[in-house]
Amino acid sequence: MSSLWKEDFSVQAGEDRYVQRRQFTKFLVLTSFGMFVGQCWILAKSLLHRGRTFPSQVVARTGEIPIGGVKLFRYPDPEDPCILVRISEDRFAAYSQKCTHLSCAVYYSAESRRLVCPCHDGFFSVEDGSMLQGPPPRPLPAVILDRRGDELIAIGMEPAE
Amino acid sequence: MKRNLVQVDAVMVLILVLLVVQIWLFSATLDSYLAGHRTVALPAAIVSLLLFGACGGLLGFLKRGSDRQD
Repeated sequence: MSSLWKEDFSVQAGEDRYVQRRQFTKFLVLTSFGMFVGQCWILAKSLLHRGRTFPSQVVARTGEIPIGGVKLFRYPDPEDPCILVRISEDRFAAYSQKCTHLSCAVYYSAESRRLVCPCHDGFFSVEDGSMLQGPPPRPLPAVILDRRGDELIAIGMEPAE
Repeated sequence: MKRNLVQVDAVMVLILVLLVVQIWLFSATLDSYLAGHRTVALPAAIVSLLLFGACGGLLGFLKRGSDRQD
């Protein structure tokens, strides 16, 4: 009596389950292929960046920024925002303005002498760009500055983006 | 049929484990790439290829078993 429905509905549950799981296994292998393609993409990006050169770009004149002041600029490309901070009389530091967490724009807090990401309260050291607090996983990429007379010139990124 | 089900389950679990390792490898490589460590990309791609090959091999094994049944 209990198996009466099996005569009315001749569903082969075992075979059905087998086919479903085999299909799912194929999907897993396809996902594995996707992961491999992703690795190849990272490899291609790494190889393309190996020979990258950075332009020299005048960022600011030393006299135009007061101590604790900042200047925003774009480097190395027009879509890469950066921030230049005058830490002391003769010390300047420049970093990418994109937070390494979710790319929000960081700003300099003169009171705490730290770079702050307002989105998720991430804090970076203004001395070397290292992360001090919050969710950012990596330090801010630093802009390498060269001082020629009263001009500050950006000559590269560390690590190179 | 029961034997077939056990076989497909075993292969599925093995592929799932390999896939988890591959996903972890991908996220770790992406993280180190963004941190500027570019030298890990090549060995990671090779290991990912090996893992994909193992997944493909397991699927092939399943297919051969299924063909033998038919």
